[in-house]
Amino acid sequence: MRTAMKISAMKNIYLQLFTSFMKIGAFTFGGGWAMIPLIEREVVDKHKWISREEFIDELAVAQSLPGILAVNISVLVGNKLRGVKGSLAAALGTILPSFVIILLIAMFFVRIYDNPVVASIFKGIRPAVVALIVAPVLSTAKSAHLNRWTFIIPIVVALAIWLCGVSPIWCIILGGLGGYIYYVLTHNASIESKKKGGEQC
Amino acid sequence: MLTYLSLFLTYLKIGLFGFGGGYAMLSLIQHETVEVVHWGETAPWLTQSEFTDIVAISQMTPGPIGINSATYIGYSVTGSVLGSIVATIAVCLPSFLLVLFVSRFILRHKENPIIKSIFKGLRPVVVGLIASAALLLMNRENFSDNTFSIAIAVVSFILVYFTKLHPIFIIILAGVAGYIIY
Repeated sequence: MRTAMKISAMKNIYLQLFTSFMKIGAFTFGGGWAMIPLIEREVVDKHKWISREEFIDELAVAQSLPGILAVNISVLVGNKLRGVKGSLAAALGTILPSFVIILLIAMFFVRIYDNPVVASIFKGIRPAVVALIVAPVLSTAKSAHLNRWTFIIPIVVALAIWLCGVSPIWCIILGGLGGYIYYVLTHNASIESKKKGGEQC
Repeated sequence: MLTYLSLFLTYLKIGLFGFGGGYAMLSLIQHETVEVVHWGETAPWLTQSEFTDIVAISQMTPGPIGINSATYIGYSVTGSVLGSIVATIAVCLPSFLLVLFVSRFILRHKENPIIKSIFKGLRPVVVGLIASAALLLMNRENFSDNTFSIAIAVVSFILVYFTKLHPIFIIILAGVAGYIIY
């Protein structure tokens, strides 16, 4: 009897992971950062699956990994609770609502695309979408704390992709490599200056 | 079959190199779907205006833009639900593998100066990625005239940047404006 209850509680946690993340996936517009307060509420406050400190750690890891932030967090939390199966349940919950909604739109939208009313609505929407993407350029530029020299990097990257059709992947690889080379150079310089300092003493 | 394979590989790439959140990922998605001609195709999968419409739809529906675009493009390219499934799984697969195998390493070495410096190097690149996405979208397909469409863009920018109004409302307002004007 008791083991049966234990088993049902264990089965339940997959279902709970799935439904919790499905709620999160279904009710946040915009993804990523908009989802984080909701995830925190479900995972830390409501279900107490992990502590707040753990959540902040997980968030830092999820952010540093590539991929979709919401998926990264759900996989991390699911994995922490129940391993691979847990992470599958949580990720499936996150993905499913947008998958179903977008699939229905994709099937339906093709048919109404040529409708003149729809066409005129989208004619108005398109310039607004461009503006929506210009705004985060400025806000991320601010938070990246660019100085006189690093200011050049985003400009070169944007022009290379825009005018020369360079793949963004190369820019990402070069950016990471550049950060590493900068570290090696400045690190060696600081070791040498320390050595020099030592000799002078 | 070839389409499914290139869809899978393309979204795998997008998932693997998608650093810096949704908007930065957008430049990758844009490059792969609007600029690159994939195997067995004669033209890119999408036109600039189709891409813009998908971004608009993603903003109006719940969920991350990476998933939304994978599901939409997967369907529109293959004309079948299987295409959606393939693209969506592909974009999530790197997250799975990395979380299962690399996350512990990152957590342990979070304060490692080498890892920190690599991410420091990525930060200005991410700004450039988002800027390139915006620049690529500033074209005739999205700005059909030099008056109303520019006015819509300027007003939308002011609203989103200074009032922090949610993007959904801005898209709805722009849609209403488009209906009235055009």
